Amino acid sequence: MDQKRRDVLKAGGVLALGAAAGLLGSGQALAQEWNKAAFDTKSLNDAVKAMGGAGAVESKDIQFVNPTPEIAENGAVVPITVSSNIPRTQSIAILVEKNPNILSASFAIPAGTEPFVSTRVKMGETSKVFAVVKADGKFFYAAKEIKVTLGGCGG
Amino acid sequence: MPDPMRIRASMVGDKVDVKVLMAHEMETGLRKDAKGQAIPAHFIQSVTVMHNGKTVFSAQWGPSISKNPFLHFRFAGGKPGEKLTITWTDNKGEKRTDETTIAGG
Repeated sequence: MDQKRRDVLKAGGVLALGAAAGLLGSGQALAQEWNKAAFDTKSLNDAVKAMGGAGAVESKDIQFVNPTPEIAENGAVVPITVSSNIPRTQSIAILVEKNPNILSASFAIPAGTEPFVSTRVKMGETSKVFAVVKADGKFFYAAKEIKVTLGGCGG
Repeated sequence: MPDPMRIRASMVGDKVDVKVLMAHEMETGLRKDAKGQAIPAHFIQSVTVMHNGKTVFSAQWGPSISKNPFLHFRFAGGKPGEKLTITWTDNKGEKRTDETTIAGG
């Protein structure tokens, strides 16, 4: 067994085992290795590059949906809901511009899954939040400013 | 063994609407304890949702996802009575898998 397989198995995930044993089958969206480089970036452009893009174009077809607030009273728990109307959306990522590391999350949208996701993020301070969509291999983004009255990084 | 996830999967129109609440500290590694020592980062890094042997949703997370993460998404092709399996893995290699049955619409 080569070192990479050993490392993957050591990570202990059910999916890591499944992938190594070929149980997930071909053509399925395998869990990819955690993109450490992307999660270490500090800017929109760097995050997009780390996700495999050259840059992102602003798009009105990406929406922040209720209950994404204009003002978040508790920066530790800010609801963010994103919906993409861009055809063949492959992934949706959420970035918080002024957080110590900009990328909060990246969601893979397989065919048949709605290009929609809702979650909650920590925001350290008032900041732009970006929703970055990869569709057909190209990157797009929308931005929304969210004011934070009590910062959520606890530092 | 980490605490179980709370999962609600039900039909909304012809899609399966899924809401999940996971139990996890999602510690960023940036906070300090009373002695001024950094509390080590401990957070879910990946989430995968399986239905009928297919991945219908997956995510990579950083530590800025809120504590006790909430997730809401929708996918097509599921029917009441079918099972959904959700697995998360964190940066320490801990993992948790929970299963739910899709409720009728």
